[in-house]
Formats: sequence, C-alpha cells, structure tokens
Amino acid sequence: MPLNLFHRMKYLNTFGEYLLFLKISIGKPEKFKIFRELFVRDLYQMGNDSFGIVSIISIFIGAVAAIQIGYQLVGSLVPMYVLGRIVRDSNILEFSPTITALVMAGKIGGNIASEIGTMKVSEQIDALEIMGVNSAKHVVLPKLAASLIAIPALVIYAMFLSNLGGIISVNLSGIVSINGYINGLLMDFDGFSVTYALTKAFTFSFLIITISATHGYKTEGGALEVGWASTRAVVQSCIAIIFFDFILTQMMLYK
Amino acid sequence: MIELKKINKSFESKQVLFDVSAQFEKGACSFVIGSSGGGKSVLMKTMVGLLTPESGSINFDGRDFLNINYEEKKIIRQEIGMLFQGGALFDSLSVEDNVAFPLRMFTDWSKEQVLERVNFCLKRVNLEHVNQLFPSNISGGMKKRVGIARAIALKPKYLFCDEPNSGLDPITSRLIDELIAEITKEFNITTVINSHDMKSVFDMSDQVTFVYKGKVWWQGTKEDIRDSNCKELIDFIKASEF
Repeated sequence: MPLNLFHRMKYLNTFGEYLLFLKISIGKPEKFKIFRELFVRDLYQMGNDSFGIVSIISIFIGAVAAIQIGYQLVGSLVPMYVLGRIVRDSNILEFSPTITALVMAGKIGGNIASEIGTMKVSEQIDALEIMGVNSAKHVVLPKLAASLIAIPALVIYAMFLSNLGGIISVNLSGIVSINGYINGLLMDFDGFSVTYALTKAFTFSFLIITISATHGYKTEGGALEVGWASTRAVVQSCIAIIFFDFILTQMMLYK
Repeated sequence: MIELKKINKSFESKQVLFDVSAQFEKGACSFVIGSSGGGKSVLMKTMVGLLTPESGSINFDGRDFLNINYEEKKIIRQEIGMLFQGGALFDSLSVEDNVAFPLRMFTDWSKEQVLERVNFCLKRVNLEHVNQLFPSNISGGMKKRVGIARAIALKPKYLFCDEPNSGLDPITSRLIDELIAEITKEFNITTVINSHDMKSVFDMSDQVTFVYKGKVWWQGTKEDIRDSNCKELIDFIKASEF
C-alpha cells in the first residue's frame, strides 16, 4: 500500500475513533448528583485556575496590537482615531477567542488527556466500567459542560482585558490621544462580532475537550504513553482550532 | 455460580484463549493459576465484560452475560466487585469517597446511610480512621484493603481479584488472603482470584483452575493437585516459590 494512502487510512481511522467516542460520551448524565459535583469541580479548575494566564496574555496582546496597528497607520491617510476601532475588532473577532482557545488547549487539553490517560493505565476506567458506569460519559460530560461555560466566559473576559491593554499601551506610548483612541473603540460597535466570537468559543471548547478526552481515553501502556497522549491532544486541538477558525470565519463573516 | 463455555478470544491475529470452559462455585474461593502471559488476566477481563470474546458463553447464575444489551449488562455488573492489582482507586477521591462511590452512583441512600455502610466496609477490612486520606497517602496494602471495601460496598454476588497479593509483604499478603476468604464465606460470594502465589492457593482455595497457553489444562481442588498427572501443572507448582 502506498505510504500516503496508508497515512490517509490512519487519519480516517483516528477520526472514526473520535466520532465513536463522541457517541458513547455525550448524552444524559447517569446520576445527576455526581455529574453536578464533577461539573462544579471542573468548572472551578478550568475557570479559576486559568484567570491568571488569560489575563496576562490578553493585556499584552491588546497592548501589542494597538502599538503594531498604530505603527502601520502612522503616515497613512487613515485617521488615527480609527486605531481604536481596528484594535477592538481584532481583539473581539480574532485574538480573544482564538488565542484564549489555544492557551486553553495547552493548559486544560493536556491536563485532561493526562488525567484520563492516567485513569486508563491505572485501571480506574476499568473499575468504573465493571461497576456498570459508562466511563466515557462519566469522565467527559462534566468537563465538556464546564468548558462550555468556562471558556466562553474567559473569552469575554479576554475581550475586556485586551482592549484595556490597548488603552494602556496607547496611553503610555502616545501614538494617538487617549480620547481619540477611546472614541475609536466605541465607534460603530456591532454586537454580531461578540456573537461570532462566542460561536467560535463554544466550538473551540467542544473541540478541545473532546479531542483531548479521546486521546486520554485510548491511552494504553504507561507513563510514556500518557505523555504522548497529552502531546497529541494539545497538537491536534490546536490544529482543529485553527482549522475551524477559518471555517467559521468564512461561514459567518461572508454569508 | 459462574459458568464459562468454549470461550475464544483473539487480539488481531493472535489467539489468546482457546475454547476455555470452567465453572466457579458460589460461596467458594476459586483460584485461576498459571504462568505470566498464559491468558489469566485476559480470561478475567473477559469474564467481567471488559473484553468481548469471539465465541463462547458466560453465565452468571444462569444469566447469559454476552448476548444481552448494555442496560441488562449494567445490572449484572452492579453485582460484580473487583479488586485490581494496583487497587485502581480514584486518585481524586478520598478513601471514604472511593468506597462511597458505587453507593452514591447506584442507590438513593441518604448521606448518613452511605456513611454508615462505608464505615462498616472499612471496618470489615480493618481500616478505620483513614476516611479522609487520599490514595496517594496510603500504603499498597491499605490500597488493596480499600479496594476490597469498595468492591463489597454494594454487597456483590461475584468478587474478582486480580493478583491480590502482588507487591505486598508476606504478612500483608496473608491478611489480604484471609480477608478475601472470610468475606467470601460471610457473604456467600462467588470469588475468582488470579494468582501466582501458591501459598495462597494451598491456604485458601476451594477450587483451582490451571490455565496454560490460553487453555484450561486442569481444574480441581487443592487436595487433587498433588495427585495430578498434568505435567505442566506440576512443573508450574515446582517452579513456584512454595
């Protein structure tokens, strides 16, 4: 069999495994009380533990975006107050949802794959199955539900902080007057850009959790394989995020 | 009683179990012995439903375990307790929550009822005042005992133990053996134990099944072993530490 065909078959096989995993892991929780406890724990871990990194990255991305775009506008015919508007739209439409999702893929995606992978190799998943618990649903569903709240919430938080970062950097660098920049920020605001960003956030949340959980769940072996599963989860989540970023942008912005 | 008939199991092109037939009696400690790689673990995983055989039948007190749907299988699974080699305790849960897990999952008991049962099970395995410790804070022997407590929490009809004394010192090993034997008699459970430890086999087995190269080569009682003509079984016993 030619090598490229073999690889295509392998990718199809992986995709098939992913779909089968989705089929068994998504549905009504088996015991709502236990689901709620796990959901609260996961929501806290995903949300609270990610505030710091998301805050730092968002402020600096907003600050850098304002300086870079300002640098490109200097000497052009475009009025400088437009800077605020361009930075705002860039932050809301692209930077906040995509960069936050990429950070979360690295942070919680790797964590989920290694947590579930460790459960698999230490027979905790088998223990659940023998008890009569749908192990896939038990470990994935609370994380998925928590991520669908935590990640969009972090994206909204990142939108505010990245624009705040822009204001701080404009104020410090003096590219344009702060009043002019803020006027630009408030100019022609379209609520659809937030809808678009949140659609991306929900999609990315789903991809991060399900891809990472799939890799964790099919781990076999020991610590080494858990590490590989974690790496694959992060890499494939990032690729999926970038790919769906393109698809959603095409679908939603050029209807 | 658990009854296996002509179980065949393969992994890709490699066949691991060949027409395995055996019976495990109620209220008895049945040992499955054999060398590593002989198919004992695959047999146990097949019996508890973690692996699906290509052919054959598994009956739990006359109930077919293979040709039933997922929901029906869940009912039988809730009657199964299993002690894993490494304990398989949930890392994120305390000892108390580990033992309480099946109770909270499958009963509508109040918190007080669950705690009462958890404390009973922990006391039964001689573990008290460890409720709030986590698996990472307890020894290997304690993990096994917590594993037993979790396995008996739902009053199982069937108990499976995968190498219960591996990695334990001789004294703790004997304690675990005695505990499994006592629990089997006390609750009239069908217990199946995978083991290499011939001392355990001669001390506590009611029935012995010798698995070699994926086949059942011999089945009988510990008293019958010495009179057996099965060369592979005799070689295995001679080679063991006992």
